Amino acid sequence: MRRAALAVLATIVLPGPLRAEDGGLASVQRGYAVYAQVCSACHSMRSVTYADLSGIGLTPAQVRAVASAVSVPDGMGPNNKPKRRPGRPDDHLPIPFATPEAAARANNGAVPPDMSRLALTLAGGPAEIEAILNGYADPPPGVSVPPGSYYNRAAPGGVIAMPPPLQDGAVTFAGGQTETVPQMAADVAAFLDWAARPHHAERTRIGVGVVLYLGFLAALLFFLKRRIWINAKQRR
Amino acid sequence: MTARLEPGPEQPEGMLPSTVDRPAGERFGHAPTSPLPPESAPLLRWIDARLPVISAFRREYVDYPMPRNLNGLWNFGAFVTVALLVLLLSGIFLAVNYTATIADAFNSVEAIDRQVPSGWLVRSIHMGGVTMFFAALYIHVWRSLYYGSYKAPRELLWLTGMVLMAICMGAAFAGYVLPWGQMSFWGLTVAMRALSSVPLVGTPLAHWLLGGALADVALHRIYVLHFVLAFSTLAVVGLHVMALHVTGSNNPLGVEVRKPADTLPFHPYYTVKDGVGLALFALVFAVLIFFLPGWLTLPDNYLRADPLSTPADITPEWYFAPFYAILRAGGGIGVPLAALSIAVLFVLPWLDRSPVRSARFRPWYRVLLPVAVLSFVFLGVAGFHQPAGLWLLSSRIATAIWLLFFLLGLPLLTRFEPRRALPEGIA
Ligand code: HEM
Repeated sequence: MRRAALAVLATIVLPGPLRAEDGGLASVQRGYAVYAQVCSACHSMRSVTYADLSGIGLTPAQVRAVASAVSVPDGMGPNNKPKRRPGRPDDHLPIPFATPEAAARANNGAVPPDMSRLALTLAGGPAEIEAILNGYADPPPGVSVPPGSYYNRAAPGGVIAMPPPLQDGAVTFAGGQTETVPQMAADVAAFLDWAARPHHAERTRIGVGVVLYLGFLAALLFFLKRRIWINAKQRR
Repeated sequence: MTARLEPGPEQPEGMLPSTVDRPAGERFGHAPTSPLPPESAPLLRWIDARLPVISAFRREYVDYPMPRNLNGLWNFGAFVTVALLVLLLSGIFLAVNYTATIADAFNSVEAIDRQVPSGWLVRSIHMGGVTMFFAALYIHVWRSLYYGSYKAPRELLWLTGMVLMAICMGAAFAGYVLPWGQMSFWGLTVAMRALSSVPLVGTPLAHWLLGGALADVALHRIYVLHFVLAFSTLAVVGLHVMALHVTGSNNPLGVEVRKPADTLPFHPYYTVKDGVGLALFALVFAVLIFFLPGWLTLPDNYLRADPLSTPADITPEWYFAPFYAILRAGGGIGVPLAALSIAVLFVLPWLDRSPVRSARFRPWYRVLLPVAVLSFVFLGVAGFHQPAGLWLLSSRIATAIWLLFFLLGLPLLTRFEPRRALPEGIA
């Protein structure tokens, strides 16, 4: 009975993308490709390291390969020239602009938010991210869009400072295939959901065990208590 | 059994303070003895004779007489104690990975959540522990209110409890600043503004606490404050339980224990009862941290503190929400009102002079106390809403009910409330 209830609970709280184990992880991994090839041009993800990507199912070798493909600043060389080296697993994902001011200058005055926790802090969460990526359209008659902004059905107020980031086929995936905008939007939303709550699946798995254990313990103690308190009646 | 030794020349009686509890001749010159039963292990008796912690433990936690009619609300003191210990322990593990600088505080907390092995779990336990702690604490206080546990001779027990509550609120507030997210920063800003508004002492005090601007110095001091306050509770809990064991526990009938048959030894009766309670408490705790992690903190605190962007609404943690609502509903006198709303609890034993303890035998108190407490709970809800329109009006009414209940209601009840006949004894 309790186990059945927990199974139901687990299906409710498990994150959508990770629920169907492998198919789900594949989507999250494709989402990382979308982030790395498109979003990361403007959005940082400061808190996440390459090693963290083992959480979306990359093997240690894959993590090393992904990390070493980028070149990261490595202090100053002999003649005071900035040095660079290949990335390592414990490096954080690269930051596209040196300062918030530089980010604003490159983006019509708006600073692209960091994406480490975006799926938690953006009202509407991952669904809103997906909706915004799918929400670009020609403005309906009567809606005026200020220069440097874009009409977007899902954005609050109908306008957004981010130019449409995705086009069909914009991202090339591991097998060489491409995808449509709605598919990429779903994948990157799943990836950002993982990044915002990286331990959600593990949390649920451990939680089921802990709750079962404590439930059993409570039941045992309850029966022990009843037996001990029978004597209390005789102590009057 | 106790061989009397000749007092040595190095213990002249005249040099002892005259206030020692036993005449010097009794204290000195004896072979040490232990009140443990002769059949206990010789090593334990040897230790206990020199440092009587084992017999003290037996006296206070094994044979200790408890009223036999305690209900489940008497479990909550144990819950609060355990929650406090969990907080201290998990806090140590967080502290070794935390950096108290403006530049790195947020990053170090993100690293705990993401890169430190099991860091996310320890942090969840710490954050969930705070909620479990305050939930248990508020129920513990409710129990004491309902059954009149604050009345003579338990006034100092009640006061040590209130001191604990004040310390823990300070520690919780300081702790919430540490991750240096948006709510940390803006919550601190609101609190410092409130403090600075106190006439004369406010501004110098805020300056002394935080060293002017909200910079590294301030965060560092808040970090020190956080764990100093947190660990200092241990000593006050010691005093609290010491005071409790002088008078013994109150009980749902509010009449004192009269004869041995009214009592049961703490062990095994209340150890096993606390055991069941603690297992259930841990179960709720586990459901919170494993299945409802979204309840642990406000999402906005996952945004790095930004002094240039004020959040749309600055909301407190739930356990501060009633006080925050009073603060905002009070307008110009919000700060003194919020302080008063806690201060009335400190002087409660002297506001309510009715000789009857338990609400069961106080027909009016039994109705008015829940009204006042529900107003307070309502203020907790109001704390999450902008103080305008109906929320503002109802917050003001609820604040008035809470304060009037203590300042006016209780003194009046003391004089005019009809009394029901008290039972002879509890067994
Ligand atoms: C860190 C906070 C606290 C801890 C660890 C703590 C712990 C305890 C424990 C273990 C007991 C005995 C078990 C029980 O009666 O539930 C107790 C009793 C009591 N506590 Fe606390 N307490 C705390 C805060 C408070 C506060 C805030 C108050 C109220 C102002 C309070 C008032 C009392 C009273 C009046 C009793 C005796 C109750 C009775 O025997 O009826 N305590 N406390």
